[in-house]
Amino acid sequence: MIELWVIITGLLVGITCGMAGVFLILRKMSMIADAISHTVLFGIVMAFIITQTLNGFWMLLGAAVAGILTAYLVQLLHSSGIQQDAAIGVVFTTLFAAGVLLITLFASHVHLDVEHILMGEIAFVPWDKWTFFAITMPKAVWILLLVLLINIGFLLLFFKEMKLATFDSLYAASIGVPILFLHYGFMTSISFTTVAAFDSVGAILVVAMLIGPAATANLISKSIKQMFLFSMLYGGAAAIIGYYLAKFWDTSIAGMMATAVGLLFIMTLCAQKFMDYKRKALVSKLEGV
Amino acid sequence: MLTGNLLWVLMGTMLLGIAAGITGTFSFLQKQSLVGDAAAHAALPGIALAFLLTGQKDLPILMLGAGITSALSVYCIQWIVSFSKMKADAAIGLVLTVFFGVGVVFLTVVNHSPLGNQSGLNNFIFGKAATMTKADLTWLFLSATIIIIVSLLFYKEWKLLIFDPMYAKGIGLPIEALKATLTVLIVMTIVTGIQSVGVILMSALLIIPAVSAKLWTRKLSSMLVVSAVIGGVSGIVGTFISSTRTGLSTGPLIVLVAAAIFFLSYLFSPAGQMYKYFRKKQFRKQGEVG
Repeated sequence: MIELWVIITGLLVGITCGMAGVFLILRKMSMIADAISHTVLFGIVMAFIITQTLNGFWMLLGAAVAGILTAYLVQLLHSSGIQQDAAIGVVFTTLFAAGVLLITLFASHVHLDVEHILMGEIAFVPWDKWTFFAITMPKAVWILLLVLLINIGFLLLFFKEMKLATFDSLYAASIGVPILFLHYGFMTSISFTTVAAFDSVGAILVVAMLIGPAATANLISKSIKQMFLFSMLYGGAAAIIGYYLAKFWDTSIAGMMATAVGLLFIMTLCAQKFMDYKRKALVSKLEGV
Repeated sequence: MLTGNLLWVLMGTMLLGIAAGITGTFSFLQKQSLVGDAAAHAALPGIALAFLLTGQKDLPILMLGAGITSALSVYCIQWIVSFSKMKADAAIGLVLTVFFGVGVVFLTVVNHSPLGNQSGLNNFIFGKAATMTKADLTWLFLSATIIIIVSLLFYKEWKLLIFDPMYAKGIGLPIEALKATLTVLIVMTIVTGIQSVGVILMSALLIIPAVSAKLWTRKLSSMLVVSAVIGGVSGIVGTFISSTRTGLSTGPLIVLVAAAIFFLSYLFSPAGQMYKYFRKKQFRKQGEVG
């Protein structure tokens, strides 16, 4: 049962992140997700310093606020003429450094472990349980399910608008689609996803799951719906493969899941190149005839 | 206050800041700031693997491992961007997280192994300048000096490469070789710095001084000088503050000093917000008069 909960948590992270990652890749904002995953630390520490408790709710709130703050600051610097990538680099390293420093200054005596936040400890997930509606499941599974629902809701409500704003933002703006609202709404959902997932699997795996499956799906998909499907499949597959590899070698589960994301990407890219090569060979052969 | 060892550590982080300020400017102008971030994260698997293979904690061996995987990650990013339809930002993000994930896997293996007393490998994640030994510092001095000298030697060629690559090719400069040299130097800066500031915050030292310098000047030569000064000052001040109390990590403090300098530049420099605000006000006044 314990093993099952770990796998379910991993699967949920893979599916939720795979879903959220699609528009992230299409809108060329992958590195903002990376930035948010680092600044989440700052939000958590601030929440602890203000409330002086390790209450999960305040931590999640602080982390979400930090995520939105990151997106806002990057946008602010970018709009005042600083290159986007440099703006991201400045904002997240600064907030991350502030987070690490605040931990050493104010929270060194409590269980706020930077390495835990970075790498997570998915193996401990099954022991922290919540009961709602007479169903007892690990806390992480509840939170991930909630965020999955939020993401599905956001997509159901704004799928058409997001699609338009992503592929032709000028046209979208001209017919009155609220581009800015969508941008910040999407960033909010990304920070919720990051926050929900990092608690169980760590910040690094969250970014791997947000970017990797969607980017891999982008290689082979011909439509955005296909991309959603493949991305969620890749996310889930990476979670399962990663879990068993980690068990086999007795090593970090989150790290191995990130490695599995990379393996799936390489295999897909090679398979795609091979198919291309075969197709080209076939075409030239037919032309010869 | 200024004991002998602290003085050496201060000198070391200053040299590191200067070196990072210079190479960071070149990578910033090539719009490759976040590639440095990926390369810094990718040093982790190299360090852990070098330790696993040799079982030694000698700095040169660990640095060699870090350098190899860092360079490999930069190469991977370039390869993915040119051979698939993936955009640069997605490629950087993917390579960064996968390399770091592999690093965490190896690090866990090290922690579980009988050699396990790795005490110190984990330090590479956040850096610990205060615990550097004389031998570590010798390496730092040596490689920082090499980086600074080589950057100055290639100044003219890189300037051309960044601002007018077509012309550079036209007059017969070996473009690819020059690019590769720049990459090697950036990787070298990262590898030099990870011991004192750690793999996660190393990219800040490459990015923040360069971005701040860009706000003060529009000339490459003066930008390099300003960036190097900002990097050097951040190194000294950050290390000094962290030495005043035990338990303060050096890396975050160096980065925060650099960030404070960036913030001041953002407000008060010629390209900054205050100046823009007053210019706007002035224009409006003129408009009302006319």
